[in-house]
Amino acid sequence: MAARSKMILGRVAQAIPVVMGVVVISFLLTRALPGDPAAYFAGPAADEASIAEIRETLGLDKPLVQQFFYYVGDLIRGDLGTSLTTGQTVLTDLGARLPASLELTLAALLLSCAIAIPLGVLAATRPGTWVDHLCRVLVTAGVSMPTFFTGILLIYIFYYLAGLAPSPLGRLDFIYLSPPHVTGFYLIDAALAGDWETWLGALKQLVLPATTLALFTLAPIARMTRAAMLSALSSDFIRTARAAGLSDGKVLFGYAFRNALLPVVTTLGMVFSFTLGANVLVEKVFAWPGIGSYAVEALVVSDYAAVQGFVLAMALLFVALNLVIDIAYALIDPRIGLN
Amino acid sequence: MTDTSRRNFLKLTGTTMGAAMLPFLKAMPAHAQTGGTIVVVSGQTINSLDLHRTGTNRASYQVAVNCYDRLVSFGTKDAPGGGLSYDYDTIVPELAESWTISDDGLTMTFKIKSDATFWDGRKVTAADVKWSFDRAVSAGGFPTVQMKAGGLERPDQFAAADEETFVITLDRPSKLTLPDLAVPVPFIINSEVAMANATDDDPWAMEYLHMTPAGSGAFKVARWDQGQQLVYERNDAWVGGPLPSFERVIVREVPSPATRRALIERGDVQMSFNIPNKDAAELDAMDGVDVYSTPIENCIHCLCPNFNFEPFQDANVRKALAYAIPYEAIFQTAAYGRGAPMWGGEAEITDTAWPRKSPYMTDLAKAKEHMAASGFASGFEVPLSISLGLADWMEPTALLLQEAFGEIGINTQIEKIPGANWRTAALVEKRLPLHLENFGGWLNTPDYYFFWAYKNGHLFNSSNYLNEEIETLVDSTLHIPMDDPAYAPNIKRMFEIAFEDLPRIPLWQPALNVAMNDAAGYEFWFHRQLDVRPLTTATS
Repeated sequence: MAARSKMILGRVAQAIPVVMGVVVISFLLTRALPGDPAAYFAGPAADEASIAEIRETLGLDKPLVQQFFYYVGDLIRGDLGTSLTTGQTVLTDLGARLPASLELTLAALLLSCAIAIPLGVLAATRPGTWVDHLCRVLVTAGVSMPTFFTGILLIYIFYYLAGLAPSPLGRLDFIYLSPPHVTGFYLIDAALAGDWETWLGALKQLVLPATTLALFTLAPIARMTRAAMLSALSSDFIRTARAAGLSDGKVLFGYAFRNALLPVVTTLGMVFSFTLGANVLVEKVFAWPGIGSYAVEALVVSDYAAVQGFVLAMALLFVALNLVIDIAYALIDPRIGLN
Repeated sequence: MTDTSRRNFLKLTGTTMGAAMLPFLKAMPAHAQTGGTIVVVSGQTINSLDLHRTGTNRASYQVAVNCYDRLVSFGTKDAPGGGLSYDYDTIVPELAESWTISDDGLTMTFKIKSDATFWDGRKVTAADVKWSFDRAVSAGGFPTVQMKAGGLERPDQFAAADEETFVITLDRPSKLTLPDLAVPVPFIINSEVAMANATDDDPWAMEYLHMTPAGSGAFKVARWDQGQQLVYERNDAWVGGPLPSFERVIVREVPSPATRRALIERGDVQMSFNIPNKDAAELDAMDGVDVYSTPIENCIHCLCPNFNFEPFQDANVRKALAYAIPYEAIFQTAAYGRGAPMWGGEAEITDTAWPRKSPYMTDLAKAKEHMAASGFASGFEVPLSISLGLADWMEPTALLLQEAFGEIGINTQIEKIPGANWRTAALVEKRLPLHLENFGGWLNTPDYYFFWAYKNGHLFNSSNYLNEEIETLVDSTLHIPMDDPAYAPNIKRMFEIAFEDLPRIPLWQPALNVAMNDAAGYEFWFHRQLDVRPLTTATS
């Protein structure tokens, strides 16, 4: 076990240059954005003098190199700066919004896996049958419908027409108070506080957006499961296993599925990081205070600190995610070490 | 509206079943009758509770309106298009009980209401007013600019004569000073609380008041979750006006217009603030939802030909543009008929009403005549710039303009500029040859509009227009009273020049649209933000 934790530490060390690169690139890219945040935030009736005043307050009148060293210095002290769009420190913003996005994305992925993996396995074991066709139809529909469209459609049917879903007003309806902050995940925090009414309220709000995202992420997971299962099932070792007279279940899950899992886990990792940043439209439709819409809003008005904070947070998350996936590989397939 | 909605269900059954329905009401918490609470949805995000802070956005001005008092406020009148509107011509007391202006117009003395208290129970004094005004003129940026418009520029102009008497000394008398005291900017802060939280680096307590308002206004902030909601709670000790009828107002941020529309149609929220023109037109045709579309005072959507671009220096080309514009089609397509037309007016100017219809209308024959008479009869190419941040009205307008200008030989390519760059390109550098613009002035007099939009070098004069007569006229008219004998002739002359020279071609006067379901009392304000104080439940 000591060897394994040493390897994990090694992997973390490898991530350090990556993060440093991200810091430099995000700094340069935000500065390369067209637009002048000082002019934008000086307000509707500002004159030259007040724009200059604001430029000075924001430190934008300094040379680029000096700005960079200030930024790195703040970063080392754990100060990510203040977002102009939200008026909060970037750290507060990320602390509030990242859990919201993670909760939504994780719920969507759980839902999506629960449907897509069995569907993919079934489709692979019975190619050409109705299960396979159903899988194909679902996958095609899932990818071809844009998420904001699915979202509005679900709201229209389940909230507007049927009245089954709660008001699409974000993470909690206004009658509930948010649970005391522990993890930032409302479902976990409410459960920890033993407040099951709020827990149920949060869950209800989560159902429609999570379904919308799940429909979208269904496709790559189901396709990948089906393809990986098909290639695993046609391998020599499966033929050998069958010839050896092992039971169908043992062949299917003990050998084929376990081998097919590797590409599925890889896809899952990619889908996760992609969805986290890309669910802007779902966030907008369901008034979900997530990280995607935060980044887009910040980008539109050249809000440097917020954009840099977002990129950095995503980079760190990605590093952590890759580490988790590598560990998952090692657990699934003993042939793979951590180095 | 389908009959499955909770609200209709209650309406149908509520009267007959009365008490029998009560257990259900507990399970229907989103309903309006949760004891004096109103829920408002808006697409804008609030980024500060302090208007004076650098970077505070427009949506946040509502906090200054609802949580703070000013010395004076504007009265109320019926609005064109239904509902109520603030009344620029009537100034009413808010924190001031009475005021006097010296004969030379240079000294204004305000007597503060003796029963006015801050939320912490401390009496509002003239020292608080002085501190707050000092802060507004010293903060820099927008608040300072807005104060300057009323001739309020330096702390030494403000003095606390005694505990209840506040004196303003002006450099010159101006009709804009008193109205400028009623805009959201000069709000009165509890200076003791603020100073207790000020630091050497931050003498005006910007960091503290940013998150924690300290005022005397009708509502306190009970909760602010940035990006999600702002919850107002009534201050029962308020003396600035009639006590609001709601105890609690919840403003939820819902970015998607489609979601906001579903919420207001279902009646789960009572008000949707600033809805798109399309939704306003469609909701207006429905039962159960009241739509108020108030034309925004002193605001005009314009097409601006830039004088830096050679062909537009030719008056005939500018007139050709004005006659080629398909006004009605634009008004119906881009504004869904919401607002007021700004074309086809009388040629002779007999009054000082503003915004007013220009004497131009769609007349392709005349447009072609003017083009033929110009130095650019063979036509030319020009980019037509729009802001992506305002694409909802600019894009359809630009497409129709492009088609119409093609007919008179002016070929345009539509250039879409991201919101962050728009201000710099259009207003600061003033480098866009042909573009759309939408300035609106807070202080509702035509000369104030001209000051910002027609004077050379001023921010909203994005056409680089320069006319010596306009410069003199605006300077000599801006501060004189509206009943001065020179006022009306000066204003009429400005209108004549503006319509002759056409640095801005008026398209239409936009509207602010608000939808209400089971609530009433909405009042339009020039600042285009929500004043929650007069809202009431529907009387039906």
